Amino acid sequence: MAGIELSGVTKTYPGGVTAVDGLDLTVRDGEFFALLGPSGCGKTTLLRTIAGLEQASAGTVAIGERDVTRLAPGQRDVAMVFQDYALFPHMTVLDNIAYPLRVKRTPRPARHGKAREVGAGLDLAELMARRPAELSGGQQQRVALARAVVAHPRAFLFDEPLSNLDARLRLSARTFLKRLQRELGITTVFVTHDQAEALAMADRIAVMDAGRIRQVGTPREVFGRPATTFVAHFIGSTPMNLLDGTVKGDRLDLAAGMLPCPADLPDDTRVTVGIRPEYLTYSAVEVPDALAGTVGIVENLGSSSLVTLETDSAEPVGVIVEEGTEPEPGTPGWATPRPGRVLLYDADTGALLDRC
Amino acid sequence: MSAPEDGPARAARQAVARVGRYVFAGLVLVFFALPLVWLVATPFARTPSYRVPAPSFTLHNFRVLFDNPYAVRSIGNSLVLAAGTALLAVVFAGTAAYALSRVRLPGRDAVLYAILLLSSIVTGTAAMVPIFLMLFQLDLIDNRLALILVLTGGLLPSAMFILKDFMDTVPRSYEESARVFGASPFQILRHVVAPVVRPGLATIAVWAVVQVWGNFLLPYILLRDPGKQPAAVIMYTFYDEGGQPNFALISTFSLLYSVPVVLCYLLVNRRYGFRFQGGIKG
Repeated sequence: MAGIELSGVTKTYPGGVTAVDGLDLTVRDGEFFALLGPSGCGKTTLLRTIAGLEQASAGTVAIGERDVTRLAPGQRDVAMVFQDYALFPHMTVLDNIAYPLRVKRTPRPARHGKAREVGAGLDLAELMARRPAELSGGQQQRVALARAVVAHPRAFLFDEPLSNLDARLRLSARTFLKRLQRELGITTVFVTHDQAEALAMADRIAVMDAGRIRQVGTPREVFGRPATTFVAHFIGSTPMNLLDGTVKGDRLDLAAGMLPCPADLPDDTRVTVGIRPEYLTYSAVEVPDALAGTVGIVENLGSSSLVTLETDSAEPVGVIVEEGTEPEPGTPGWATPRPGRVLLYDADTGALLDRC
Repeated sequence: MSAPEDGPARAARQAVARVGRYVFAGLVLVFFALPLVWLVATPFARTPSYRVPAPSFTLHNFRVLFDNPYAVRSIGNSLVLAAGTALLAVVFAGTAAYALSRVRLPGRDAVLYAILLLSSIVTGTAAMVPIFLMLFQLDLIDNRLALILVLTGGLLPSAMFILKDFMDTVPRSYEESARVFGASPFQILRHVVAPVVRPGLATIAVWAVVQVWGNFLLPYILLRDPGKQPAAVIMYTFYDEGGQPNFALISTFSLLYSVPVVLCYLLVNRRYGFRFQGGIKG
């Protein structure tokens, strides 16, 4: 078991595309760590660089204090689970799970015994004689996990481990994966483009964009205090409201209304105001210090609804309301932010300035 | 016109047409079946000739065959040549195709097409003289290994081309997965890639056997000792000075000659069935 230390890691492909750009990151020992970002942000390249399947163009990769930057994948003592699971179609489940031990030249009885033991722990005991093509998606995933567990590595690397499962199975696999990681206590880095998945499973999350890390933090930090407007927009199942505003003393001047905001910023600073729809309280009657608008679209989310308030400016404001209290489209409505949940970003750089 | 007069006339025309079709199909069938019937029946006939024999049974013709000093041995020679060539073609074409499929080289496809094109233009007969001269100067005439290498060389371009397509269908994640577990390139080839493309390798092996089995020119020119000649060459010695065929020999030999190819086909079809195991969908 070991932490992973990346410093100044850059990966430039022949042809000049820079997938990872001077990246520093520390994954702690035993941590369940998510690399989150939109497709093409370099998260998979970063994972492959840790695995050794890609060579870093610059910088160093250390696993458990050992510099592995120039080592072959097989010498890094990591196990990787691929998006398509990469199970060998000509081998039975048993042989697939035992494969890492076969590479290490463990005698057949010993490796089969170990594979059966691990497979039984993952509920695969009945399937040992089958071939991968005869398994369901969830079973294939468990075989891939069992194969990684058998290798007994210092770190697990998962590349989009849940994306090949259907939506319902994904939820149970999420719980399963998290429990497995906790029981084994092995440092795990997993790549995902699904922010809900990262929030649900990870101890900490690195949000990536264009080859750089935009924010590292616990799910609570990343959700509650996104460091940039990019992270703010990317995290959350309903997109955060990002509204243009100006600081006026201890108030914020927005197109939809004035909000009290005792921020320590100079007068007339132009800011982008970020408020999550979940942190706005809807009111059908006029209240002070609120954003005003007309109810446009009401989207049902199950136990709640997303109400879109059309404001005087071009920017509509989304508000989450409890089920049963949805307003009628066309009626006027007001939204009050909860204290401490209004985030102020620099209008030009998108960096977090303050909150109130 | 009225229907009652028209009905019988049309039925009669249709009957004649049907008879005509069956007669035609029957003739075609006989045309193609006769040689096969000859092949199976003549070896056991008392008086073998060009004709399909009248039913009779004797094993005398096989006695003639086994008394011939070269006949049975030549089948063995053919087996050695075919198996050797198939083995080398599979090993060389397999490794080359794997490399060509995985390594990014500038102009890789152009190289592949050039090899294929050249090999199909400069075929056996045209390359014969230079090959003969080369082997002669290397003192490798009448050397079976040299013949196997020449035969293999002739098959490699097409074999590489076909196998590269098979290799291309093996998902890279299979190999990367094995690499992360510490497998060496050779282990990856042996444990993962070769088993997955096994139907392709089997195809190449069977194709190589068939090519070598029927090859007359190369062994005829490159081997001297009749004791080393394969069946396809020896068959031409079963004529007397006047050009008259020795039917007892030819008929039994033909049967023996065709058995390994049929067996080879049955074996491969049974074991591999020419299905293809591709990647797994999720």
